[in-house]
Amino acid sequence: MGGKLTFVQGNEACVEAALYAGLDFFAGYPITPSTEIAELMSARLPQKGGMFMQMEDEIASICAIIGASLTGRKVLTATSGPGFSLMQEALGYAIMAEIPCVIVDVQRGGPSTGLPTKVSQGDVNQARWGVHGDHSIIALTASNHQDVFAITVDAFNFSETYRTPVILLFDEVIGHMRERLRIPEPGEIPLVERLKTSVREGVDYHPYLPREDGRLPMSDFGGVHRYNVTGLFHDMWGFPSENPVVVHELLRHLVDKIESHVDEVTRYREYFVDDAEILLISYGSSARSALHVVADRRKHGERIGLLELQTLWPFPSALVREKSKKARYVVVVEMNMGQVLQSVRESVEKPERVFLSNRVDGVMITPVDIRNILRLIQGKGV
Amino acid sequence: MAVGNYIRERFFPHIWCPGCGHGIVLNGLLRAIENMGLKKNDIVMVSGIGCSSRIAGYLDFHTLHTIHGRALAFAVGVKMSRPELTLLVPMGDGDALSIGGNHFIHACRRNIDMTAIVMNNRIYGMTGGQYSPLSGYGTMATTAPYTNIDQEFDIVNMATAAGATFVARATAYHVLQMAEVLEAAIRHKGFSVVEVMSPCPTYFGRKNKEGSVVDMLEKLKTTTTPLGSKAKQENPSLIERGVFVKKEMPEYCAEYQKIIERAMKGK
Repeated sequence: MGGKLTFVQGNEACVEAALYAGLDFFAGYPITPSTEIAELMSARLPQKGGMFMQMEDEIASICAIIGASLTGRKVLTATSGPGFSLMQEALGYAIMAEIPCVIVDVQRGGPSTGLPTKVSQGDVNQARWGVHGDHSIIALTASNHQDVFAITVDAFNFSETYRTPVILLFDEVIGHMRERLRIPEPGEIPLVERLKTSVREGVDYHPYLPREDGRLPMSDFGGVHRYNVTGLFHDMWGFPSENPVVVHELLRHLVDKIESHVDEVTRYREYFVDDAEILLISYGSSARSALHVVADRRKHGERIGLLELQTLWPFPSALVREKSKKARYVVVVEMNMGQVLQSVRESVEKPERVFLSNRVDGVMITPVDIRNILRLIQGKGV
Repeated sequence: MAVGNYIRERFFPHIWCPGCGHGIVLNGLLRAIENMGLKKNDIVMVSGIGCSSRIAGYLDFHTLHTIHGRALAFAVGVKMSRPELTLLVPMGDGDALSIGGNHFIHACRRNIDMTAIVMNNRIYGMTGGQYSPLSGYGTMATTAPYTNIDQEFDIVNMATAAGATFVARATAYHVLQMAEVLEAAIRHKGFSVVEVMSPCPTYFGRKNKEGSVVDMLEKLKTTTTPLGSKAKQENPSLIERGVFVKKEMPEYCAEYQKIIERAMKGK
């Protein structure tokens, strides 16, 4: 394997991957623990002719990337909880107007200003339901820097494929921890470029008329086709409409284009799942501790496995149901009050066998924390 | 090109009330564009939310109808990506200066080449007549049933203080001057702000007993005066119209190109 070996923070891995994926416009606002992404972008993007902008706030940041994306660029912004909260309205706009963009949320403790420098995974449900109104969304995460790289490229590819915003839900530990990253050779990971319309100049172009496969070919805004883009419900010309048929069809399209492709956007890793009596389900930095427990207990002959989710939304219910079928117990390991736990319980046949091992005090969950829960479940005492 | 060719007739009739000044602003703007000979494909119009913002849908340009208060932020992304395009950003007074106030002052400061047109009718019309930051002390509105105690902004002073390199005021009564001012603003290389005083007879007029739209237009005539006129010295309460600021400053997109050149050279 070729490529370049580096020793970097997770935030840097994300930057490298975004550039690899063809990013050429970034707008952001400083916020811990995501700031390194903005700093690196300010240096790296202009070197390849791209653009970095430090905006007046997170709202302006996401609005600027949406505007830039419309003109044909690949775009990114990066923030943490408070900034992610501010971005929700414009995120809904990008969903409604079907504008590709990628938003990184390096999670810290919340709510409010919370714990700016400490780890949390408390924004999982905000990523799903922070935007008002019915919608669907893609949210991805990773537990190590090689996977941060791969999942970031996936985020851009999904964003272009489905013409939708994609959320990258990293966390403070992943963002700031340093470890090895091999930057793949160009071409090693396939990139999805924007699907362009074949409608010629001067011919009536319908920006919001999906093809039979649900995809919308785009015409770069400011190019040869003039059209309207709005956050209102709109017809195939992009003009506002309150026609119930138009409204219903658009809402169904926005949800179906993601929910009908759950398999295509599901990314995960599994360790010793096949014969596991105890199945841990985890993601992000929590999955590192979970994996440590699995490796350790396997040495003692325990039948324990780990399902590490990388796609959190749309939630891979069928996968979770399938992988947990044989397990006597399922333990969700996460750093929040049980946000993925809810989805797991809804997915499995025996929700009463699903337990939570969590930590919500700003300290990364440790293998000992997980072991203690396992001992309780197994009736061994702590 | 005739003015009518800039319009998307398919989307008419428009939503504006009889007597609304916004159609006059549309007229003035199109005459400025016609006079400049701009091509439809070279114009991007970015608007926010409100009565004024619907102007974008009616025009056959590249039109981006965004969210409340954020039009300038979206416009920055478009302009940075395609600096050769002409960016027009029509906004309402509440849109530009209440919810969008932060973006407004920072766009002024940055001096990115686009034209912000604040269609100031001193009221939130779309939602039915609540006071805006431009309504002014002592006015009446559906959310100020006992009288409004909020002081107003002066858009010209605010844009000037924030660093806009072209600042002007026009009115819906003085439509020919408005077209001239808008043309000068669009031609200006940098961030230009044009406040256009635009009557809302339905809400502001009715709540404040300003009479018919003819009376309201007449009031725009009698309460305003050209910048630097003798009338202003005699009657300081008159509101001045004209170009208040026109200065040269480094333009943001051009400056960023220099950053790219420096970064590529490794300096």
